[in-house]
Amino acid sequence: MSELAHAGADGGHDHSPRGWKRWAYSTNHKDIGTLYTCIALVAAIVGGGMSMLIRLELTEPGIQFIEDFQFYNMVVTAHGFVMVFFVVMPALIGGFGNWFIPLMIGTPDMAFPRMNNVSFWLLAAGLVLLVTSTFIAGGAGTGWTVNPPLSNADFHPGMAVDFGILALHLAGASSILGAINFITTILNMRAPGMTIHRMPLFVWAMLITAFLLLMAIPVLAGALTMLLTDRNFGTAFFSPEGGGDPIFWQHLFWFFGHPEVYIMVIPAFGVISQIVTTFSNKPIFGYLGMAYAMSAIGFVGFIVWAHHMYTVGFNVETRAYFVIATMVIAVPTGVKIFSWLATMWGGSIDFKTPMLYAMGFIFLFTVGGVTGITLANAGIDQAFHDTYFVIAHFHYVLSIATIFAIYGGIYYWLGKMSGRQYSEAQGRWQFWITFVGVNVLFFPQHFLGMAGMPRRIPDYPDAYAGWNMVSSIGAAITLVGALLFLWILYRTVTAGAPAEDNPWGEGATTLEWTVPSPAPFHTHEVLPEMGDDMQPAE
Amino acid sequence: MLPSFIFVSVWLAQAAGALAAGPQPWQMNFQEAATPVMEDIVSFHNLLLVIEIIIVLFVLGLMLVIIVKFNSKANPVPSKTTHNTLLEVVWTVVPIAVLMVITVPSMKLLFFMDKAKNPEMTLKITGHQWYWTYQYPDNGDFEFDSNIVDAEDLEKGGKRLLEVDERVILPVNTEIRLLMTSDDVIHNWAVPSFGVKMDTVPGRTNEAWIKVTKTGTFYGQCSELCGVNHGFMPIRVDVVSKAEFAKWAAAAKIEYAAIEVAPKTESGNLATSKKLANTAKAIKLVQAAAHAPALVNMKGE
Repeated sequence: MSELAHAGADGGHDHSPRGWKRWAYSTNHKDIGTLYTCIALVAAIVGGGMSMLIRLELTEPGIQFIEDFQFYNMVVTAHGFVMVFFVVMPALIGGFGNWFIPLMIGTPDMAFPRMNNVSFWLLAAGLVLLVTSTFIAGGAGTGWTVNPPLSNADFHPGMAVDFGILALHLAGASSILGAINFITTILNMRAPGMTIHRMPLFVWAMLITAFLLLMAIPVLAGALTMLLTDRNFGTAFFSPEGGGDPIFWQHLFWFFGHPEVYIMVIPAFGVISQIVTTFSNKPIFGYLGMAYAMSAIGFVGFIVWAHHMYTVGFNVETRAYFVIATMVIAVPTGVKIFSWLATMWGGSIDFKTPMLYAMGFIFLFTVGGVTGITLANAGIDQAFHDTYFVIAHFHYVLSIATIFAIYGGIYYWLGKMSGRQYSEAQGRWQFWITFVGVNVLFFPQHFLGMAGMPRRIPDYPDAYAGWNMVSSIGAAITLVGALLFLWILYRTVTAGAPAEDNPWGEGATTLEWTVPSPAPFHTHEVLPEMGDDMQPAE
Repeated sequence: MLPSFIFVSVWLAQAAGALAAGPQPWQMNFQEAATPVMEDIVSFHNLLLVIEIIIVLFVLGLMLVIIVKFNSKANPVPSKTTHNTLLEVVWTVVPIAVLMVITVPSMKLLFFMDKAKNPEMTLKITGHQWYWTYQYPDNGDFEFDSNIVDAEDLEKGGKRLLEVDERVILPVNTEIRLLMTSDDVIHNWAVPSFGVKMDTVPGRTNEAWIKVTKTGTFYGQCSELCGVNHGFMPIRVDVVSKAEFAKWAAAAKIEYAAIEVAPKTESGNLATSKKLANTAKAIKLVQAAAHAPALVNMKGE
């Protein structure tokens, strides 16, 4: 990678380690960001491969390839874990966050560089443990919610679930350390003149995400530890035989799990805001509204968790509360969608690949958002809970929307990261193939869900054959898009045209575009002054 | 699968009438509603769908206008507008109003579906890995296990993965309380046409209710991941007239009691022999899963 060559040369001047030591011991926010991006890419190949296995099995009714249903359940489970903890979070938070927070706020590095290193290697160890768990005792076939009693020692007696728990513990510790680092950096190390209300929205998004991580992950850690002692040391937190309650687990899990979905999507909001304002050549519309809408989504995200549990047998008043609280989230989300549209309105828009992804994000997030309104209603959820409708909904907002933000973000920042610019024509092809693919893949799953097809089954009644076939064809198209992306990435970093410092023109007003491309090993050694023309001015 | 085959089967299914509910090929909507709760779910969803399609089309329309009017060729000089207080108030207040419109029918539905008001009978459902036990406490307190029928044992016209050996028989137009629990992991008893989906949780008893307004056959599947054979514990409910149900219940009381008494006189230990019978069934299932290609019967119907 050319980026290595450039940065390595600079590194020589700075007496930084070379070779493998440069990466293993790295305390540089850009190198660590690159490591996070790389681990996300590797995990994406693993997790994406698993999703292809699932779609292959479901292409036609009957058993195609997977004759061991525990293996099928394990693949479903591992696909969820890998995608959530080792693809979306490392790419958006570890990757873009580490690379661009210091660049955007005008500081030389993160507040705790050594902790940043620990944070990455904990995550890498977590991935190793998780992959190991899939090879032990048939793997963990519990679903990513790890609901006891299915996940307890009676029904998963092997070590697979223990390995999975420890993998999540490590990934969680990594996230907590990362969150502490981001909060400290953003609150204390902004360049002179960059007040909280002048930070780019991506920085806002990362700050809010870091607070969500800091509050949600410890709850998961506590729950996982209780499950671990239930499994190994005879406690009975979640076993009714010992006075425990399996629903208690679900409360704890979703108290983490719901903020977790915003942990994945709020950084994506930040990326999309940067892209939209850049390519519209226009400052963001309603900057404060955008920032506080994200804060509101983050806050309300903590008090809606039981909408994942409408069918566990709550009393009706509890469900009524969670219906109303959940629907409240639609209001700040609407503010975001309309503010993006208003930012584009009156703009002079350049439809480059990142902008195509941003517009795809806005539209498809709207589609996934309105099905979220459907599911928020406990009465209707009785029909949709645990069907493919839910799969369609959360893949529209996560698999499609956040992955679009990752694709878009990489196209947007690749020049800055690698010093080389992707080919615009190839990027557009890759967008359109992916756009068609994901819609053909996930839209028919709404129909399957309405017709009643349950989730997490390796075979289905013959009536569901038609739309499953269409869905699998969509998966194949999406796979072509993903492979094309890997090829574009490879071609860009090996043979792309040199990137300008600011390839996007006047619309790109954040500080990362003021440093050379690729960004040198050390940046902002002299603190930048925020000029009045620097975005965002509120 | 040939498209012509699919469309022919859609027509055939429609021609057959409402008697055999359950999913249909290329279905894009709910299964046919057979209870007041499901009818309310369908009508509420129709309202929601209209609102949501309007929202999506509105956003799409704005984006199309933006693409046409505000691309860099059509509009080389961007505006610098970053505020419009009225607009921001409108796009906050209008969604709140829309949500309030949604909340009213939502709450009505939720409170209506919660519990039976005057249940005439109770059906107790217990989930197991991987079959259901049904108990009729008000009709002689008999109980039986309901297991999947393997693909190779299906009768002609039987639906693969949906047929069971012992069906639930229930009377039409009767308010029935469903009590659900589990004796191992969490399962979920769901019949789409009834609008019922409730977790069966070990250590808890959950409650739901149905009042089926149509006679016929209704299918469902376990809807909570419960282990290896989660996809292979279907639900079949046959709803019959009240008179037929009374006749069936009287016969079933004797029949299922007889099954239970027989091993008791031999071994003197009812629980053990029942457990043995269930284990035998479970083993059979696991074997079926191990020889999975035998399950492949795409055109089972």
